[in-house]
Amino acid sequence: MSTAATTHLQDEQETVLTGFWIYIMTDCVLFASLFATYAVLHNNIVAGPSSREIIDLSPVLIETLILLTSSFTCGLALLALQRKDKKQILGWLMVTILLGLTFLGLEFNEFHHLITEGHSYTTSAFLSAFFTLIGTHGLHIAVGSFWATLLIIELLVRGLHPATIKRLLCFSLFWHFLDIIWIFIFTIVYLMGAR
Amino acid sequence: MSTSHSNSMEPTEHSNFIHYLTGFIFSCILTIAAYLSVTYHIFPTREILLITLVGLALTQLFVQLIFFLHLGSESKPYWNVILFCFTTLVVGIVVLGSLWIMKNLNYNMMSPNQITNYVSHDEGITK
Repeated sequence: MSTAATTHLQDEQETVLTGFWIYIMTDCVLFASLFATYAVLHNNIVAGPSSREIIDLSPVLIETLILLTSSFTCGLALLALQRKDKKQILGWLMVTILLGLTFLGLEFNEFHHLITEGHSYTTSAFLSAFFTLIGTHGLHIAVGSFWATLLIIELLVRGLHPATIKRLLCFSLFWHFLDIIWIFIFTIVYLMGAR
Repeated sequence: MSTSHSNSMEPTEHSNFIHYLTGFIFSCILTIAAYLSVTYHIFPTREILLITLVGLALTQLFVQLIFFLHLGSESKPYWNVILFCFTTLVVGIVVLGSLWIMKNLNYNMMSPNQITNYVSHDEGITK
């Protein structure tokens, strides 16, 4: 490939990443409105339980560490991408997906536990805001895991095509962003709600 | 990354790995510190605890922005940083604005009787 073509590709890549960054920033605003709703409603518990009664911190700490590790392994996949090492990219992507799904499983378990105890999203304004905020994040994680699966298939079929590389870079931005959102959920909903 | 020699890539590759690893270790420490400060009742008042938690979360936000998202390492004119600053402003307005409005809502929605009661009882103002 000539240098002119390489620069053109890099320019295009940077434009795509900035465009994707704009999407992530609008997603930030979505989460901000959900956080604001939660902050306003977290004391409106009617006859339902308060946050102190339903929050169990130790599984949430494990969830947080799992998501953090998946963010790290996603970074390792990017490093493998710089080396053009397809096997390692695939490996680290699979680890990332597995950790993402483990996280979702733990979260689903927590939701299931709450609902079987009769604390569903219809119980109080607090629980509605709680389920909406955490559920939206969980939905993002599910979409991200699905996206990563598609990327793995694309890598296997097409190899390291420039378009695939662009998508991998966008995916990593998305995944790191979800980890940052979770840090705030962990702090505001769980840690502050537990005391 | 336009160099094709694998030897010249290795130092940056290695430093990038260190970059991610540093971010990961810092994030783990900050998360566990936040968890422990809640479970072992270290702080005397709730206010100090809340301020500490917000501080730890914001520190971790910047750790991850710098070490994982590489914010600020792009070439000029730093569009991503500008967008990030603008979004921070919008998020601040949405979150703090909602809290501010809703905090005063109960006061502003009181009936005349309740206001008289509030003014004389809670603020100590008598006619």
